[in-house]
Amino acid sequence: MLYLIPALPFFSALLLILGWRTFSRTTVSVIGCGSIGISALITLAQGWQFLQSGHDSMVQHLWTWVQSGSFNAGMDLRLDALSLAFVFVITFVGFLIHVYSTGYMADDADYGRFFACMNLFVGAMLMLVLADNLLLLYLGWEGVGLCSYLLIGFWYKDPANGYAARKAFIVTRVGDTAMAIALFMLFQYTGSLQISSILEKAPGMWTTGHATVVLIAFLLLGGAVGKSAQLPLQTWLPDAMAGPTPVSALIHAATMVTAGVYLVARTNVLFDLAPAAQTAVAVVGAATLLLAGCSALVQKDIKRVLAYSTISQIGYMFLALGVGAWSAAIFHFVTHAFFKALLFMGAGAVIVALHHEQDMFKMGGLRKSLPGVFRVFLIGSASLAALPFITSGFYSKDQIVWLAWSSAKGHTAYWVIALAGAFLTAMYTFRMVFLTFYGSYRGHAAPHTPGSSMMIPLYILAFLSTVAGFVELPHTLGHVTLFSDFLQPILPAVQMLQESTALEWTSQLLAAGLTFLGIYIAWVWVIQQPDGMRRFAEMPFMQWLRGFWYKGWAFDELYNELLVRPFVRTARLNRRDLVDKVYTTLARVTEWCHDALARTQSGLLRWYIMGVLIGAVLILSVLIWRIYI
Amino acid sequence: MMNIHPTTAGMTLAGILFVLGLISILIRRNLIFMLLSVEIMLNAAGLAFIVASSHWAQPDGQVMFMFILAMAAAEVSVGLALILQLFHQLKTLDSDEASRMRG
Amino acid sequence: MDLTFYIAAAIAVFSTVMVVTRFNIMHALLYLIVSLLSVAVIFYLYGAPFMAALEIIIYAGAIMVLIIFFVMMLNLGPETARQEKEWLRPGMWLLPALLCAVLLGELVYLIAQSKTPVTGITPVPPKEVGRSLFGPYILAVELSALLLMAGIVGAYHLGRQKKKILHRFFESNAS
Repeated sequence: MLYLIPALPFFSALLLILGWRTFSRTTVSVIGCGSIGISALITLAQGWQFLQSGHDSMVQHLWTWVQSGSFNAGMDLRLDALSLAFVFVITFVGFLIHVYSTGYMADDADYGRFFACMNLFVGAMLMLVLADNLLLLYLGWEGVGLCSYLLIGFWYKDPANGYAARKAFIVTRVGDTAMAIALFMLFQYTGSLQISSILEKAPGMWTTGHATVVLIAFLLLGGAVGKSAQLPLQTWLPDAMAGPTPVSALIHAATMVTAGVYLVARTNVLFDLAPAAQTAVAVVGAATLLLAGCSALVQKDIKRVLAYSTISQIGYMFLALGVGAWSAAIFHFVTHAFFKALLFMGAGAVIVALHHEQDMFKMGGLRKSLPGVFRVFLIGSASLAALPFITSGFYSKDQIVWLAWSSAKGHTAYWVIALAGAFLTAMYTFRMVFLTFYGSYRGHAAPHTPGSSMMIPLYILAFLSTVAGFVELPHTLGHVTLFSDFLQPILPAVQMLQESTALEWTSQLLAAGLTFLGIYIAWVWVIQQPDGMRRFAEMPFMQWLRGFWYKGWAFDELYNELLVRPFVRTARLNRRDLVDKVYTTLARVTEWCHDALARTQSGLLRWYIMGVLIGAVLILSVLIWRIYI
Repeated sequence: MMNIHPTTAGMTLAGILFVLGLISILIRRNLIFMLLSVEIMLNAAGLAFIVASSHWAQPDGQVMFMFILAMAAAEVSVGLALILQLFHQLKTLDSDEASRMRG
Repeated sequence: MDLTFYIAAAIAVFSTVMVVTRFNIMHALLYLIVSLLSVAVIFYLYGAPFMAALEIIIYAGAIMVLIIFFVMMLNLGPETARQEKEWLRPGMWLLPALLCAVLLGELVYLIAQSKTPVTGITPVPPKEVGRSLFGPYILAVELSALLLMAGIVGAYHLGRQKKKILHRFFESNAS
């Protein structure tokens, strides 16, 4: 049964690729959504069976993929708690997004192509998380990269979208290359790409902090950083908003960008053996969450705000991974998937309602015209901002904030950064909410209410982003550990440095307070004192800072200067390829010979006879010379 | 008379006739003249065969001459028909005019 | 080698030179017939009387007459002779003559150098020729029959004037 989970999306993708031009829209919708829906149901059944069985993991060998010498990579699917969590999120959120897409993309001419790509994406992502060996994982990894490219550039007629797609593809490629090297090294040292056997062998092969394992861990981190849009490879994600909004919801919020989190969590043993790399994970996460939070604060495009917030939230997950709070990271991934998909789709509903207007400064006051969207968007925003006690985001983020300080690998600085990030998150989230839904309407087009196919998934996700938090409650608030118990066999429990209820209370209250402060500042900024804030923002330094943050800390410019320009310059230097010259010369000589010979084809009979005559004279001369002289 | 061996004399005559035909075909542009030149050269070759036949006292040379004769007859008939067509198409007998195919 | 050969050879060479130099096509043809007749004499001298007869009957008699009729049919008047004169400029002669002189020199050198046994002229009677022709060469005879057949069909097909069949290469020029 397990194989059906990735096979169904792949099959429907194939079906749609082959036949989308002939299928009607209804057929496409049924195939596209139905396959994912059945996958989700199978996931439920399979998950139930798995939990009942009591095993740590479940492996299904389909066939041997590559067999060469001692190298053996099979089409092996592995279901354990970690992959089950991911599969669950991918299929369910994926299904909801697919249903939503039937409404969002209803008027698009390439309806079928869209669903083909989306299904292919879901299949590849499922392959990624279900893979039992790293080669298969890499297949899924590249598959989602490809689908990401296809979907970001979905509206390829606008060159800017094509550019964004290429950027995403090339930037993630940097990380993918690092990851490929890590796989080569793992195979060289352990002789296998089987994840379980690597994780078993690793502690016996390397001592903690051994240079090889540190290098491998760093290379894996490189791959994770590329896919998850973390510092320094985060530049592609904001541009990836060029794709349709469901794509942003599915790929750039709920699933694909968390592949890096999955990879690090999956290879947690290696990171345990490489403290330097794990510290790097935490540092990357901390730096990214701050950077992206600041950038999100000044964006105008509603989708770019969400994009930066995604980067920032994945930064939280990386921070959790870095401090060894594996299950906290996965927990945050699950809740984040729900509320970020909700936010993106809510934003999509707003965008559709306003006839593809994405600028928040042309929205406003939509609370009254789009009450349904407003309600679910508010729930999602509250979850993102980690509004205390009632939202899932609070429980997952709070866990990370607390563990960043209290775990054995934690540090006060991480805690401070996490708190600052929480503050920023609240601020930019509610700035977005206030700009979009409060005040007065600043646009022109009359908003129209989205259809039920778009609203129902939103309600479901709103429900999920509220209740999903209650599966894991901190010590201070009920102490429920369903989720971390569930992940226990795969991911080791976090090692605590200090267990102090008082400190945990302090941390939680501080985080909650900062959230409220952030919301208040956003209120003041957008609603109460917009003029005062504008004056403040127009101070020269603030203006510069705003521009700097708006451009995402000018990373694009930096890479442009550092990498693109020198490369282009070098390419220009070698415009007439030196190696090519050899072949061009060869071609030129051949051409010249052709011209010379073609000139003899004059069509004048007498010249041909002259040629025969000269030939006869030459042959006879040679004959005479050979025989008589 | 000079003491020249008959084979040498006959062969030399054949060579002279052949070369004359060759010169003619090289300098002429008129298609009928070119056909005549080919006839001269064929005839010279036939002469060489006859001389060789008598030199070796074998009939093969004469047989070859007969074949040359047959071939010349066929060639002339087809050649003349071609020239006729060309003359109708191009209104001239200039061989250089029929160079459009560059063949 | 007797005098007859030299006289015949001289006539052959002279008349051939005349063929090469004539401007009027009819004159050239008549000189060519003279040349062929003298070659027929040489055939006779070399012990091939049947071939000499064939030379006269088929070459001089049939083929040349065919060409003469053809020329008459085309009705090439003095205009052609004038054009021929125009085409045959002295400069044209130089290179072909030079090359052909080299070729002739080489041929004569090769003929003179040959170390074949001296046997003189041995007549080969037509009977032997016939035996050989319908003995070992029977296949070649059949092939030449085919060739003649193809020649007849080809000439008929090409010479047809029923309607003007334009080859695609000539289309643009067909006015």
